[in-house]
Amino acid sequence: MRLETIANPSAARRLGLPALALAATLAVAMALALVGGANPFAVLGQIATGALGSKLAVLETLNRATPLIFTGLAVAVAFRAKLWNIGAEAQLYAGAILAVVLGTGALASPLVLPLSALAAMLAGAALLLGPVLLKTRLGVDEVVTTLLLNFIMLLLVSYLLEGPMKDPMGMGWPKSTPLIPEARLPRIVEGLRLHWGFALAIIAAVVVWVIQTRTTLGFEIRAVGQNPEAARFAGMPVNAVLVKTALLSGGLAALAGWSEVAGLKGHLSLDLSPGFGYTGIIVAMLALLHPLGVVVTAIFVAGIFVGSDAMSRAAGVPTYIADMLMAVALLFMVLAILLTRVRVVRG
Amino acid sequence: MSEIVDILISASFWAAVIRIATPLILATMGELICERAGVLNLGIEGIMVIGAFAGWMAVYQGLPLWGGVAVAMGAGMLFGLLHSTLTVPFGLSQHVVGLGVTLLATASASFAYRLMLPEVTSPPKIEPFQPLHIPSLSDLPWAGEALSQTALTWTAFAVAGLVAWVLYRTPLGLAVRAVGENPAAVEAQGLSVTGLRMGAVIVGSGLMAVGGAFLTLSAFSSFFFEMVNGRGWICIALVVFGAWKPGKAVLGAILFAGFDALQIRLQQTDLGAVLPYQLFLALPFILSILALILMSRRAEVPASLMVPYNKGER
Repeated sequence: MRLETIANPSAARRLGLPALALAATLAVAMALALVGGANPFAVLGQIATGALGSKLAVLETLNRATPLIFTGLAVAVAFRAKLWNIGAEAQLYAGAILAVVLGTGALASPLVLPLSALAAMLAGAALLLGPVLLKTRLGVDEVVTTLLLNFIMLLLVSYLLEGPMKDPMGMGWPKSTPLIPEARLPRIVEGLRLHWGFALAIIAAVVVWVIQTRTTLGFEIRAVGQNPEAARFAGMPVNAVLVKTALLSGGLAALAGWSEVAGLKGHLSLDLSPGFGYTGIIVAMLALLHPLGVVVTAIFVAGIFVGSDAMSRAAGVPTYIADMLMAVALLFMVLAILLTRVRVVRG
Repeated sequence: MSEIVDILISASFWAAVIRIATPLILATMGELICERAGVLNLGIEGIMVIGAFAGWMAVYQGLPLWGGVAVAMGAGMLFGLLHSTLTVPFGLSQHVVGLGVTLLATASASFAYRLMLPEVTSPPKIEPFQPLHIPSLSDLPWAGEALSQTALTWTAFAVAGLVAWVLYRTPLGLAVRAVGENPAAVEAQGLSVTGLRMGAVIVGSGLMAVGGAFLTLSAFSSFFFEMVNGRGWICIALVVFGAWKPGKAVLGAILFAGFDALQIRLQQTDLGAVLPYQLFLALPFILSILALILMSRRAEVPASLMVPYNKGER
C-alpha cells in the first residue's frame, strides 16, 4: 500500500472522518462495557449522567476540566512548533510548588495571587527551558528529557512534602501547609463550587488564540512547526522561536498546578495531578491543536473521567475505562486526521 | 569512602546489579531493534507495564512461568503491531503514536487488573522464578553468589548476544540496519520496507514486554500499578548511551543498574542519614539525562530514525 496526497479534500472527508473516529471510540466503549459484564447502553448513559446529569456533576466536570485546559494549551502551543513537550506534568508541579511557597504567608499582600501566578509561570517556563536549550544547542531529544524530568519533579515534591513544606497538622499524611485565605482563588459565583481558575483557563485559551492568529510570534511558531529548514532559510530565528514557545508552554502548564492548589485544593499533595500533564496531550490532539478547541475537548475529556467514576460505582465496570477510551480516541483521531489529507492506494 | 568500597566488593551487590540490569537489558534490546529499523518506539513504558501484568496474570491463572513469559511477549507484540501499523504504512507521528500506545497499554493493564480482581486490596503473589543452580559455578565462593540468578536473567544476556549476532552477522540484520539508514535502497533491492520495519517493531515490543514480565515473574512476584516507574524511558536513554550498539547498550544497562544498586545501599549508610532518600531515587533519572547530554555530539544515530517511508516519494 501507498499513501497519495489528496489535493482538495472534500468537506465531507474533513468532517466525516474525525466524526467516524469518535463513533469508533464509542463502539470501543460499548465493547469494553460488555467485557465488564454490563449493559453497554446503560454504561454510556451512566457516564453521560455522571458527567452532566446534575448541577453538582456539571460543576465537578468543569473543575476537572480546568487543569486540562491549561495543560492542553501547553501541549497545543508546543506541538504546533513540533516541540514535543511531554513534561507538562513536571511543569504543573513546579507551578503548584510556587503557589505554596508564596501562598502560605511568605507574601502577605493583596497582590499575592497575581504574583504567585507569575512566579508559577516563570518556574514552569524555566523547567522547560533546560530541555529546549539541550535540544537547540546539543540536539538532545526533548521527549526523553521532559519525560525524565516528570519523575525527578515528583521526587522533589515528595521531598518537599516530607521536609520543608510539611504540614505540622497533617497527621503524618504527606501534604503541605494550607494556603492563607488571601492566596486562594475565590469562587466565580458565591455558593457554586467552581473557582476562578476555570475562568482564567478560558481567558488563557483566548490569549493563546490571539497570539497564534494575530502576532508575529504565532506566525513564526507555525512556520517553524511546518518546516524548520524553510523557516531558517527564510531568515527566521528558529531557535529563538522554539525558546519562546517553550516559555509559553511551560508557563501555561504551571498555571494548571497553580490553579489546582490556589483554587481547588488549598494545599499541595503528591496526588495533586492524576496525570493531567499526560492527559493534556490527548486534549490538545483531539482539539487539532486549536486553542479554543482545547476548551471544548478538555471539558469533554473531563466529563468522560468524571462520568466514568460515577458509572464505575453504579455498574462496576472499572473506572480505568476512561483512560482506555482517551488513548483509543487519540489513536483513532490522529489516523482520521491523516486520512483527511491522504488516501490509501494499492501498489 | 570505605563503606562504598565494602559495598562494591560484596558479592550480594553484584548479584543485585545483574538482577536490576535484567529488565533494562531486555527492554533496551527491544527498543534498539525498533530504532535500528528507523522507528522510535515510545510505547516502551506502557508495553513493559502490559508485559508485567499479562505475564503475572497468566501465571496466577495457572500457567507455568514460561507460559507467562510467552503471554507477556504475545501481549507486547500485539501492541507492537498496533504501533507499527500506525507509524510504518501510515507514517503517523512516532511521538504521538508512541505516547498513545503507552497510555493505552498502561490503561489496559489497569482496566484488566480491576476487572479480574475487583475486590482485592493487595495483589496476590505468584511463585516466581528461582535462582538457577549451575553445577560447579554456583559453588564458587564469590562468583557463585553474584551469579545466583534466575533463568530469565540468563535469557536476557542470551537475547542480547542473539540480537548482536542477528544484526551484524545475518542478511536479515543487514536489511534491518539498512532500512533504518536508507529505506529507498532497501526497496530497490526488492525487500519490503514496511515488512522489515513492522517486524522489527513487533519483535522489539515483544522483548520490552518480557523485560516488564521479569519484574512480576522474577523480581517482585506480584503486580503493582506503578512498578515499571519510568524504566522504559531510561531504556530509551540507554539506547542513545549505547550508540545504538547492543554490546555497549548492555554495558550501559549494567552501569545504570550499578548506580541503582549502589543508591539503595548508600541510603543505609551515614550518607543516607544526611541526604534525603528522594535524591537517591532520582539518581537513575538524573544519570539518564546526563548520559543523553554526554552522547549528544555523536553521529551514530540511524539516518532514517523517525523518518516515515512512503513508496513513490523521493
